[in-house]
Amino acid sequence: MTDTAPPSIAARRLNGQALAPWLFLAPGVLFFLFYVVFPIFQSFNLSFYRWDGLGAAEFVGFGNYRELMTDRAFEVSMWNNLKWLVLYLLAIPAGLFIALFLNQTVAGIRIYKSLFFFPFVISQVVVGLVFTWFYDPTFGLLNTMLGWVGAGPINVLGDPTLATYGIIAAGLWPQIAYCMILYLTGLNAVDPEQVEAARLDGAKGWRMLWYVIVPQLRPATFIAFVVTIIGALRSFDLISIMTNGGPFGSTRVLSFYMFEKALSEYGFRMGYGAAIAVVLFLIMLVFIGYFLWTMWRQERGR
Amino acid sequence: MFPRPIQSQSAAAQATYCAMLPLALILWLAPLIAVAVFSIKPDVDFSSGNYWGMPSTFAGAENYGKVFFESDMPRYLMNSVLITVPTVIGAVALSCMTGFALGVYKFRGNLWIFFMFVAGNFVPFQILMVPVRDLTLNMGLYNTKLGLVLFHVAFQTGFCTLFMRNFIRALPFELIEAARVEGVAEWRIFWFVVLPLMKPAIAALSVLIFTFIWNDYFWAVVLTQGAESQPVTAGITSFNAQYRAAYHLMSAGSIVAALPPVAMFFLMQRHFIAGLTLGAVK
Repeated sequence: MTDTAPPSIAARRLNGQALAPWLFLAPGVLFFLFYVVFPIFQSFNLSFYRWDGLGAAEFVGFGNYRELMTDRAFEVSMWNNLKWLVLYLLAIPAGLFIALFLNQTVAGIRIYKSLFFFPFVISQVVVGLVFTWFYDPTFGLLNTMLGWVGAGPINVLGDPTLATYGIIAAGLWPQIAYCMILYLTGLNAVDPEQVEAARLDGAKGWRMLWYVIVPQLRPATFIAFVVTIIGALRSFDLISIMTNGGPFGSTRVLSFYMFEKALSEYGFRMGYGAAIAVVLFLIMLVFIGYFLWTMWRQERGR
Repeated sequence: MFPRPIQSQSAAAQATYCAMLPLALILWLAPLIAVAVFSIKPDVDFSSGNYWGMPSTFAGAENYGKVFFESDMPRYLMNSVLITVPTVIGAVALSCMTGFALGVYKFRGNLWIFFMFVAGNFVPFQILMVPVRDLTLNMGLYNTKLGLVLFHVAFQTGFCTLFMRNFIRALPFELIEAARVEGVAEWRIFWFVVLPLMKPAIAALSVLIFTFIWNDYFWAVVLTQGAESQPVTAGITSFNAQYRAAYHLMSAGSIVAALPPVAMFFLMQRHFIAGLTLGAVK
């Protein structure tokens, strides 16, 4: 700072620097509070009411939550959410292996990388449609291919035990592509000297991958983990498009069940829907807490 | 370099690798290729059971013509554009400012506000659904593009702020210091010093948000209904209801709906990937 400036100007500048961040923040923060932060609290509040979206809301205390405890459909949704969470994480190793496969420099490799990434850019609605036809029992590509080896036909989306897995497989397709691109970027930054040194020490194959490469990919793995967990818990589009929760409600997850209850054609149950949303939010909060904690440690480390 | 460069291996291994690449790609994209083939088949192929053979005639022009001239598809596409573009502009503009404030200034609560944006960006949509729908209804914006845009701008500001703030943190701080010593006003520092340096971040965020919003389905269903304001992701379901079992038209419609973000991706690939993978490398 200049010592020659008179104190009044210095004070004004200091003032400017104290006020400026708040002026820059105001529009974004207010907008965000209005549309994102307050609605979260409103949903919490609403979950203690019975409300059809039109008339007066009636306070029912923990009534909605008590009802959830004995709701079979809620239980099915919870289990399906768990399946989504666990199976969706397969996108991380799968993405890593495709990235390793493509991490070469041959002619045209850039085009291959882009085309492998392709499924992520397409909307989930279209992915859902594409996979619905892929699974179609009469003409779908899957059953045509199964026919070549003498198996099938199977009606993936019509079978309550298979349908959820069928939808998760469709969801994995773009998610693997996303993880792949994260790892391709990560692999670019792997230190070649360390790899050479490890090679001289006789490391190769799996051991090299596990002890030398994977530790260096940690930042990519962290992001892949975050986006995959969020993606798994947000799954809605695919279910809505592919099975609409069926057959017999077997593919519902919390996010879908909530939507169904709150805006169902058999009358709106906003309070009950809000209670489901609160449960989903609390599950997500565990992960959000973990992410923020990790970020906070990184900030400290700077 | 890992795995070991293919060039340092035998000629046979190299040939195998180069042969496996297209094979793996075709397998990977098989469901999509199938839809692309469907979309250029004529009607009769489906009634005669010729699902997987070659198209008997090329009917691409006819099928896509129907999508563009005999359905609501162009309206849905237009709605998508009118929802997506203002959202991109709004969210990027707001987050340039919030990112600047959080990245440049040290003040009490900085990290808390930052974490509020980050956490908000991760919440499940369902916890916002009822109140936001209500809010939109009360403002008289239900079933309008504006209602959808306002919410999208607010929500995307969370992710954009995370992105911008981290980007600004990596800029050389001396530039700002130097400008301050010169006595440049804070808003001028923002406009003339920092903003020009943020161009790559703005480009990356724009393509990303474009793709996210174009592909949004949930909010389109919650906040709009009907062809006058629904974007193409929601419109495609009504389109499919209109052409039930006309697989050639449904395929063509799906491809049209998917195309704009795909085009965006191929045109702006470098920015797109830079945006998605920010933070994937230390």
